[in-house]
Amino acid sequence: MSLLEVKDLSKRFGGVVAVDSCSLSVPAGSITGLIGPNGSGKTTVFNLVTGFIAPDGGEVRFKARSIAGLGPDRIYTLGIGRTFQLARIFPRLTALENMLVPVRRAGLRALLSRGQWGHEKERAMEMLAFMDISQVAGTIGGALSYGQRKLLELAAVMMAGPELVLLDEPAGGVNPALLERIAERLRQLNAQGTTFLLVEHNMGFVMNLCHEVIVLDQGRAIAKGKPKEVRENPAVLDAYLGT
Amino acid sequence: MTGPGSLVTRINRTAAFKALGLAVLAVVALLLPAIAPDPATTDKAVFTVMFVGLATAWNIMGGYTGYISLGHAAFFGFGAYAFGLLLVHLNITPGYAPFLLVPVAGLLTASLAVGIGWVALRTRAATFVIVTIAFMFIVQLLAENLVKVTGGGAGLGLPYPREWGGDFFNTPFYYAMLALAIIALVLSWWIRRSKFGLGLLAIRDDEDKALAVGVPTRTFKLTAFVISAALVGMIGSVFAYYMTYIYPQFVVDPLIGISMVLMAFLGGLGTLSGPVIGALLLEPAQLEFAYRFGASRLYLLFYAAVFLIVILLLPRGIVPSVTDLFRGWRRRRQMGP
Repeated sequence: MSLLEVKDLSKRFGGVVAVDSCSLSVPAGSITGLIGPNGSGKTTVFNLVTGFIAPDGGEVRFKARSIAGLGPDRIYTLGIGRTFQLARIFPRLTALENMLVPVRRAGLRALLSRGQWGHEKERAMEMLAFMDISQVAGTIGGALSYGQRKLLELAAVMMAGPELVLLDEPAGGVNPALLERIAERLRQLNAQGTTFLLVEHNMGFVMNLCHEVIVLDQGRAIAKGKPKEVRENPAVLDAYLGT
Repeated sequence: MTGPGSLVTRINRTAAFKALGLAVLAVVALLLPAIAPDPATTDKAVFTVMFVGLATAWNIMGGYTGYISLGHAAFFGFGAYAFGLLLVHLNITPGYAPFLLVPVAGLLTASLAVGIGWVALRTRAATFVIVTIAFMFIVQLLAENLVKVTGGGAGLGLPYPREWGGDFFNTPFYYAMLALAIIALVLSWWIRRSKFGLGLLAIRDDEDKALAVGVPTRTFKLTAFVISAALVGMIGSVFAYYMTYIYPQFVVDPLIGISMVLMAFLGGLGTLSGPVIGALLLEPAQLEFAYRFGASRLYLLFYAAVFLIVILLLPRGIVPSVTDLFRGWRRRRQMGP
């Protein structure tokens, strides 16, 4: 069953067609890779799905419910989290405070969400320990290394227990040791029930981690399948290498 | 881990030191009219406590979210006029009863802030600053030109309690301002340690990222803006009653708006105690300048100098800078020579 269903999604920026009648689906419980050459529209698809930009046309369905046109905050509370291409955290808040920012309830109810601070803090510390960064809980975000920021961003996005997480280049700018740790944590979170859709240029990372890969080219999904099948698909080779 | 010099001991010592300082400040603030009852001192105290409240209220929006409003003087003036007009038209006998109108003026100011915030908070950064300045001048122009309602440039006279003569006159106003400053501080403290407050700080750091983790940024910003404006409006209403006469250029005064911002910047933006320290340092100094040099407005040069010093030497304000210095000193001491 598809957790996320995108149908005929389109987005133009002036004369540039960034996403062109793109259709794709992400099965529940999977780790799906979204790959494609630079400028193929991967990040735009992420921004459209998470509500950061409004589509010109098409449909986005999450758990069979239409979410196109909703704001990013509402989409997060419905169960879709995301990370950014360059790790984004709150630089003047401590790592623990970063973990406590995510909101579970939408709109006005979020205002009164004092939450169960004690319980939330416990969960935040558990998640920081899971990512092996509990030692920096009291350090402000701006003082963390890039790798720690990557881990913190992923840990924080998991705080509201999203069912689907969109990861924009989780392996970008990360050393091989940390890369393996990130892959391992993603596998563990996936085993616990979180579905992932990730954009990535590191093909080794994608091929090792993903159950399924979707290939975008010029704003359209041109191939889909198991990593091995996709790697050998002539249309994909064509898109990457050109003819 | 509780021996001398341990982390727990140090935290307890710091907390005890803070509590002691707060207690001394609270006792002095509560007993001030009894300690120094002469009107010249209590008048300065009224204005100083007024700016403690204003800077704290402004900080709830500007300090926590990073949205710098230079138009809060409009809410101050609106609160003053709302109070004055209610007092005049409802024929309330001067005395303590008019203070009951202060929350009403606060509610009216909050209603205005909902509308203004709804529009202004669609913008960010410099555009937001400009929108708030424009809004302030619109309110000032309306106050000057709606002559039948506000009295225009001729001002609006308010009835005042004649029986509060001599040394006592300033005292009720001092306590009213003090009560509002305490309300602003308690609200600011509560917000700072709530999930809502954390959301505001997240907006200050990276608004789009805050949206991505579910923070309903528009609702949060608007709520902070309205709380901040309502407090400023209530303080403006007590100011109107104290002055007994209100003029557009004195209650919708850009300098009042700039002063609360400068005080928050000087003390430390986004901190609880920063705006209080900023107001306690700047307002008495400004009043001293005004008393010494009269209407020459020389104190504006002083303000400009303070602004430059803050921006060049203490861009984060006194509280964060001193805290960092203290932490550095403690670290060096622990490491030894």
